[in-house]
Amino acid sequence: MLKRAHYWVLGAVVALTLVLLNLPPLAAGRLRTGIRSLFLPLFGVSGAGQSFVDRASFSALTRASLISEIERLRLTNQWLQVAADQGRDALAENDRLRALISWQPRAPWKLRAANVIAREPTTWWRTATLDFGSRDGARPNQPVLTSAGLVGRLREVEPTQSQVALIGDPECGVSVVVVETRDPGVIQESRSAPDPDGLVVMRTLQHSPATMAGHHVVTSGLGGVFPAGIPVGQVVDTRSVDGGLFTEARIRLGANLNQLEEVWVVAP
Amino acid sequence: MSWIPTIALFLVAWLAAFAQTQFRPVVGWLETPVAVLPALMVYAALTHPLPAVACLAVFAGLSLDALSAGPLGISVLPLFAIGFVLHLRQHLILREQAYAQAWLGAAAGVAMPLGTWVLLELGSHTFITGPFLIVQFVILGLLNGAVCPGVFRTFDAIRNVFDYQPLAETSFRPDREIVRGRR
Repeated sequence: MLKRAHYWVLGAVVALTLVLLNLPPLAAGRLRTGIRSLFLPLFGVSGAGQSFVDRASFSALTRASLISEIERLRLTNQWLQVAADQGRDALAENDRLRALISWQPRAPWKLRAANVIAREPTTWWRTATLDFGSRDGARPNQPVLTSAGLVGRLREVEPTQSQVALIGDPECGVSVVVVETRDPGVIQESRSAPDPDGLVVMRTLQHSPATMAGHHVVTSGLGGVFPAGIPVGQVVDTRSVDGGLFTEARIRLGANLNQLEEVWVVAP
Repeated sequence: MSWIPTIALFLVAWLAAFAQTQFRPVVGWLETPVAVLPALMVYAALTHPLPAVACLAVFAGLSLDALSAGPLGISVLPLFAIGFVLHLRQHLILREQAYAQAWLGAAAGVAMPLGTWVLLELGSHTFITGPFLIVQFVILGLLNGAVCPGVFRTFDAIRNVFDYQPLAETSFRPDREIVRGRR
């Protein structure tokens, strides 16, 4: 038997829930930022703890292993310098050819480093939180990537933090193109469990029999969010859907979304 | 009643919501968050008054929603529903028994994501859903069922330390008192 106090409490909680769910986006965003600020001390402690663990692990390394690591990085740096010089020459040639046919030159990417400080606490979305906010130059819809490939886009930006919608999240559709066949497609939201192999589904805009396993997929530049040419992944397999009208391909992402630590944000 | 056990409960809920963003253990081929808020809600419902249960549901639900990409307030009602139902029936529940605590924790672990899923569907929000959710619900139920007895032990220990101890009964009975002299 419910007492009057029970009805009051029940009514208050239901009313509060309805108010919160129907808040205007701006008010909801400010309230969310305010509540998140309660967790800033914990983010700080977590970051300090991670730094302490990293420093402790460094002190366990031997001198010989450090020297071999430095040597390996020196050789990699030299190789990357040569590759970067070749890339600059190719970019300059590309700009000259674009100017000849009156095309606009491509703006180079400006990358800003950020650390992943939190992951989505539920299973309904795929997001991550970065320690890169509007005070650092973050803006909504900026692409996020790693050296291995595309990760997602900035979904919400706060003064000191940003939330990234990862590939596979309902709010992160990516327009892509298969490099070898130039078939355009769209990477859709995931309808399966987060795959440890990092597989997502791409649906091409038309039947694409030439697309096959091993082909590389990059962003197409369509939609205005992701610049063209960002590596996304590699085709694993394909199948025809909707009576052969479209092709669905499973893509193994280049970036490992389960082990994100440092990312790059493409900032203007 | 001392306020310290209640404050400790809210503090643990705050830490539990943050822990869900940090620890993402892979169970087989599924990635399930370490969600123990339902177990905390079970304890609160069986040991605290209803206003405290409501405050915990609002605080924990808003904390979880603020850290996630979901709409603010979506987790409040499922948590409160668990606490409300258990609070109404707390006089019938064998709350001192570990197996009862485990079963209640398991049921709450399944009920909370299920309730959230229902609210997301009713609100026509876009979210990831699929058959894998059934296995995740089972995992969350097992996790909360395992954690719930530990929550009861821990907070009962805190209550014993900081709360007033119940007065032990003495052998004195006023009706058996020997009255000497004239009345």
